[in-house]
Amino acid sequence: MTRKSRRLWLIIACIACLGAAAALMLRAFSSDIVFFVTPSQVETKPPPADRTVRLGGMVVAGSVKREKHGETPVARFDVTDGQAAVTVRYEGILPDLFREGQSVVAVGSMQKDGFVASEVLAKHDETYMPKEVAEALKKSGKWDPRFGPPPSAASWNSMTVQDAKKDLSGKNSAASNPAQTPASAPAPAAN
Amino acid sequence: MLSPELGHYALALACIFAAAQGILPLIGAHRRDRRVMMLAPGLALGQLFALAISFLCLVYAAVTDDFSVQNVAANSAVTKPLLYKITGVWGNHEGSVLLWALILGICGAAVAAFGRNLPSALRARVIAVLGAVAAGFELFCLTTSDPFARVWPAPMDGQGMNPLLQDPGLAFHPPILYTGYVGFAVPFAFAIAALMEGRVDAAWGRWVRPWAVAAWCFLTCGIALGSWWSYYVLGWGGYWFWDPVENASLIPWLTGTALIHSAIVVEKREGLKIWTVLLAIATFSFSLSGTFLVRSGILNSVHAFANDPARGIFILGLLGVVIGGSLALFAYRAPALTAGGLFAPVSREGALVLNNILLCSICAVVVTGTMYPPFMSLLFDRTISVGKPFFDATTIPLALPLFVFMGFGPMLPWKRAQLWPVLQRLWLAAIVTAIAFLVAAFGVSGVLPVLSCGVAVWIIAASITDITERVRLFRMPLAGSLQRARMLPRSVFGTALAHAGVGVTVLGLAAMSQAQHKIVEVPVGTTEHLAGYDWTLTNVTQEPGPNYSALVATIEIHHNGRLVTVMHPSKRSFNSQNQTTTEVSIHTNLLADLYGVLGDKHGTDAAPTYVLRLHYNPLAPWMWLGALIMAIGGALSLSDRRMRVGAPRRAKLSSETVTAA
Repeated sequence: MTRKSRRLWLIIACIACLGAAAALMLRAFSSDIVFFVTPSQVETKPPPADRTVRLGGMVVAGSVKREKHGETPVARFDVTDGQAAVTVRYEGILPDLFREGQSVVAVGSMQKDGFVASEVLAKHDETYMPKEVAEALKKSGKWDPRFGPPPSAASWNSMTVQDAKKDLSGKNSAASNPAQTPASAPAPAAN
Repeated sequence: MLSPELGHYALALACIFAAAQGILPLIGAHRRDRRVMMLAPGLALGQLFALAISFLCLVYAAVTDDFSVQNVAANSAVTKPLLYKITGVWGNHEGSVLLWALILGICGAAVAAFGRNLPSALRARVIAVLGAVAAGFELFCLTTSDPFARVWPAPMDGQGMNPLLQDPGLAFHPPILYTGYVGFAVPFAFAIAALMEGRVDAAWGRWVRPWAVAAWCFLTCGIALGSWWSYYVLGWGGYWFWDPVENASLIPWLTGTALIHSAIVVEKREGLKIWTVLLAIATFSFSLSGTFLVRSGILNSVHAFANDPARGIFILGLLGVVIGGSLALFAYRAPALTAGGLFAPVSREGALVLNNILLCSICAVVVTGTMYPPFMSLLFDRTISVGKPFFDATTIPLALPLFVFMGFGPMLPWKRAQLWPVLQRLWLAAIVTAIAFLVAAFGVSGVLPVLSCGVAVWIIAASITDITERVRLFRMPLAGSLQRARMLPRSVFGTALAHAGVGVTVLGLAAMSQAQHKIVEVPVGTTEHLAGYDWTLTNVTQEPGPNYSALVATIEIHHNGRLVTVMHPSKRSFNSQNQTTTEVSIHTNLLADLYGVLGDKHGTDAAPTYVLRLHYNPLAPWMWLGALIMAIGGALSLSDRRMRVGAPRRAKLSSETVTAA
C-alpha cells in the first residue's frame, strides 16, 4: 500500500461520508424544516394542512377556554400579532409559564376548524419573549425594542381596530399584567 | 474578611498572573532559558490561588445574603435554601464566567503539577497557552461581566432564582459540563505548543490523550446530567430537544470523541498527526463558541447582542483571536509536521479513520442544523426552525454505520488486517444480534428503532467478545483466562466498557421511541389504564414548602392487582416570583420508567378535576446509564498504568508492541 493509494482511499471515504451527510441534509431541509408563521400570515395564506408550522404571538387575554372531551382536556386560546387572531386547539397540559397576555409558540398545523397544536411552548423566563414572536410583533409595527419591553397582549388588542376583539377589551384591562403596564406605555407612542 | 472587594482584587490579580503566565514562559522556551521557563508552574499555581480566593468571595457573598452585590441581589433571596445559595453562584452569566475561569485555572495548575515528565520547553509552552486563554477570559469577566459589582442602595431582599433552577441535578450540571468544556483547553494547548515546536510524535500523543479522555468523561457526564435534568424537571417526558444550547455541548463531544480516537493512532503509529492537531483545535473552539455564543444567547437572538454590545463585541473578538489565531498558526505550521506511518484501509488505523470521518460527518450535520436557522433569519429574514425530525433524519443514518464498525474496529490488528478472520471470531455476537433483530422486529414499531436495537446489541455483544477473545475464555483453563485478564492493559477494558456503554445508550434511545403516554382530566378516585398498569388518582392535597406552596397528588399504580408504587407528582407555586413549576414523579425499575405529571386544577371547588399526564417510558434509565458506563470506561483507561506513569522521554517508541494483539 503506497502513500498515494492510501490517500485515495481516505479521500474516497471522506467524500462518501460527507456526500451522504449532505444528501441527508438536503432531503431533510426540504421536508423537515418548520417555518414560523404569524396569525396574520395564517389569515391571508393558510399553510397546507399536512405542513407543521410554528405559530407565534401573544395569547389574547380572556380568550383561554378549557373544555373536556371525555377524559381528555382541551384548551382553546387565541394567538394574536395585533392584526389578526387565530384560535388554537391543544390537547394536553399547558406549560407552567403559559399566561394570558404573554408570548407563546404553538407547534402544529392548520386544519379546517382552526389551528391544532401538538405542542405549546412558553419560555422558561417570563420576561423573555421568543425571538420569532418579537420579530413578528416588530414587523406588524406594534413594538419597537428601543422603547422598552413588549406590551402585554391586553394593550395590543385595544390598539387594533378589529371589531371582533372589541368585546374582549373590558376583560383585557383587568387581566393585564400590572408590572408590564408602565413599560408598555412608550410602545404606542412609537407607532 | 472575604469581601467582594477582595474578590474583585483577586480576580484582577489572577488576570495579571495569567497574562504573565501567557508571555514569560513563551519567551523562556524561545530563548531556551530554563530559569524563565521554570516560572510557568509557579504562575499557574498563583493564578489558581487568586481565582480560588475570588470565587470563595462570591460564594461567601451569596451565602451571607450580601445584597449590596448586584449579582447576589439579582439571583438570590433570603428564603433560598443554603445549597442553592451556593450553587446559584454559577447559575447566572457573571458567576458562570468566573467558574469557567476557575476551572481553566485548575487545568493550568494540573498541567503544572502533573506534567513533570514533560520536556520543559513543551510544558512551558502548554502552560503559557492556557495562561493566555485564561487572561482573555478573566479580562472579559473584569470588564464586561463583573460578578462583584455593587448596587446602591442595597435592596432588603434579592429577586430570587428562577425556581426551575432550584434542583440538585441542575446545581451540579454546570460545573461538570464546564469541566468537560474547559478540559479540552489542555489538548488545545498541547496542539498549539506542538505547532510552535513544529513537532508531533508518539510521545506527544501519549501526553495529550489522558487530558482529552478526562475532559471527554466530564463532558459525557455533563451532557447526560443535562439531559436527565430536562427529563425529570421539565415534565414533557422528553430527554433531548435538539435546541442550540444542547447542541452546543453535543458538537464538542462529537469532535472530542474523534480526538480521543485519533490520538491513539498518533500514540501507537505516529499517524494522523496533522489531523489530530486540527481536531484538538476544533474541539476547544467548539467548546468556546458553545459556551459563549450559544449560552449568552447572541446566536439565538440578535437582541442579546443589541442589549449589551460591549459584551458581544468583546466575546466575538476573543473568540476571533483564539480560534482564528490557532487556525492561522495551524495553516502556517502544519506543513512542517511530517506525515506518519503507512497502513492499509482495512486495519485498526483504518477503522479509527472511519470512526473520525463518520463522527465528523455527524458533527457537520449538527453544526449545520444548529446554524442554519440563525443564518436564514440574518441573511434572508426568514424565520424557520430545525428540530427533532431534521436531526433524526440526518444523524441516525450516519450513526448506524458507525455503530456497526464500532463492533469489530477494536479487534482489527494494526497496519494491515483481514476482515474475515475478525468477523469469524464474532460469530456468536452476530447470532445474538440476529436474534435481537428478530425480537425487535416483532416488538418494536418503525424501521429505525428496529435497526438501532440491532446495532446496540451488536456493539454490546462485540465488546464482550473482544474481551473474552483476548482472555481466551473457555478455550483454556479458567485460571489461565484470569491470568490473561490480569495482564491485559486496563485501557482494553476501558475501550470495551465505553463501547458497551454506547450500546446501552442506543438501546435506551431506541426503546424510548416506543414510549406511551396519556393525558386525562379526571376527578379524584378515577383509574386510568396505560401500558398494562392501572393508575388511580387517590388524593390531592395542598402542602407548604420552604419558599413555595405545593399541590400534591397521590397516584397509586397497580399491575395485575398488585401495588407497584405510590407516586406524588406536584405543582409548586413560588411566592417570590409568581411562578409555578411542575415536579414530576418517576418510578423506575431500571427496565421502564413510570412517569406522572400533575397539571392544572379545573372545575369548581366542590367538584374539582385535575389534568394528569402519564407516561410509560421503556428503558429510559438506560440512556443515562449508558453515558455513565462510557465515562467509567474512559476513567478506567485513564487509570491504565501506561497513561499514569507517562511516556519515557522522546525516545523512539517503535519497540512498544501492539497492545495485547
